[in-house]
Amino acid sequence: MPEKSRNATLASPGTSRPCDWQRGRPLLDLRGVSVTLGATRVLDTVDLAVAAGEIVTLIGPNGAGKTTLLRVALGLLRPDRGELHLDPRLRVGYMPQRLAVDPALPLTVRRFLSMAATGTGDRVEKVLARVGAPRTLHTPIQLISGGELQRVLLARALLRDPELLVLDEPSQGVDLAGQEELFALITGIRDERGCGVLMVSHDLHLVMSSTDRVVCLNRTVCCTGAPLAVSSDPAYLRLFPSSLPGIALYAHRHGHDGACETGDRHDG
Amino acid sequence: MPTATVTTAPAKPGTGTMDDFLLRALAAGVGAALVAGPFGSFVVWRRMAYFGDTLAHASLLGVALGFALHLNLAVGVLVVCAGVALLLLALQRRKRLPGDALLGILSHGALSLGLVTVAFLETLRVDLISYLFGDVLAVTRADLFLIYGGGLAALAALIALWKPLLAMTVHEELARVEGVRVDLVQAAFVLLLAVVVAVMMKVVGMLLITALLIIPAAAARRFARSPEAMALTAALLGCAAVGGGLWASLRWDTPAGPSIVVAATALFALSEAVPVRRPG
Repeated sequence: MPEKSRNATLASPGTSRPCDWQRGRPLLDLRGVSVTLGATRVLDTVDLAVAAGEIVTLIGPNGAGKTTLLRVALGLLRPDRGELHLDPRLRVGYMPQRLAVDPALPLTVRRFLSMAATGTGDRVEKVLARVGAPRTLHTPIQLISGGELQRVLLARALLRDPELLVLDEPSQGVDLAGQEELFALITGIRDERGCGVLMVSHDLHLVMSSTDRVVCLNRTVCCTGAPLAVSSDPAYLRLFPSSLPGIALYAHRHGHDGACETGDRHDG
Repeated sequence: MPTATVTTAPAKPGTGTMDDFLLRALAAGVGAALVAGPFGSFVVWRRMAYFGDTLAHASLLGVALGFALHLNLAVGVLVVCAGVALLLLALQRRKRLPGDALLGILSHGALSLGLVTVAFLETLRVDLISYLFGDVLAVTRADLFLIYGGGLAALAALIALWKPLLAMTVHEELARVEGVRVDLVQAAFVLLLAVVVAVMMKVVGMLLITALLIIPAAAARRFARSPEAMALTAALLGCAAVGGGLWASLRWDTPAGPSIVVAATALFALSEAVPVRRPG
């Protein structure tokens, strides 16, 4: 499975538009990032890099600091320590984890998308069709389904014409079949545009086939590498014991004796 | 600029005819309603009704200070409300207390401080009711200048802020990533709300300002398909409420400010009863 996406990365300069992106150009480079929120050290000397054309998935249990790291990468949160190499001119498309628009605000999907600025209504329709939700165009955004909302949010990010796509749990609220479709869509978009993708997921197996590199996070980086390698890494297995077929039934989601720091909420 | 707020009797002999004061009242009310529609829509969307209330309550302190320092009362209100608005933003950012508790403290603290200050000012005490509930039948030309000058300036600024403010109302972090300077826009918006409070104070009084902000906006919701349509509809419904309220006030000799709010509430009830074909 991972070979498939790897091939796609390597082959895409030939298959997509004539090279308007430099494969492997570094888009984002964080080094030794530490973040303390209140009294809790949420991230501890974390490195993270994303290059153009690459899909990097952050994976980790709840409270592992995935969203915090994403916020650092987006420039929304300043870390206490660490080096950030972020080009301020980099066009970033961001897909937030959830969107709760007050029901008192009359807002159609079309209007929501046009808020991404640049371009005409024509472009909005094209992008919405590309993500597979063309029929939602005139629907109030509060009334579309969870799966449609994820697609609409992806469309909003794409309308920024991003060099880097940052997706926070893109498959949230989507049923299993829809999740596979969504990840295929993200891979397809990467192939077309050659943009870098940084996304968060809580389940490695869901994103196996649509990611080039996995960063397994639990306050620190536990392990990182190609999805298949990570899935058999001892550090990963300690963090997600349920991935071991034998002990799936009575395994906790949090590994309390892992190589990674897991009891961060208590010993912070 | 004459402050002229000490007069309570409408149409003193010699200052104008019956029609004059009515026209001025109508003009003042319409001006306030036109400003209240768009601002009230944002107050509803951003769930800032209590925030608006807090600013309005603080305006009494502004009146008292303006009176004591011989300033134009609107200037006093503006300065105090702007101060409270910025203080609220700063305190909310610290996140030590829940937002509504903080608003409660500032709202009632400022109102009480205002009432205590008023107690020291003999002449103002007599007139307290007109500040609490408005005195639209006693508006002067100077008041009209203030309402339309301040109101137009506030509306122009709101239009300039419209896109970024709407974007951050929908999703703050998304807006931030897309380049909106959220803190700046937020501060500008609450300062404009302080202007709106100063503009509306004479018409409905500090206790009912929030009512004229949110009721027409809420009534407009069901008929609007876009944010702009809602803001415009709210402004028109507000004007209708002003007209209806003033008419009722003359007809039954009821206080004008509360009558306007009653009319707005009636419009809201009607809007809920009117069948609308499709939701959203």
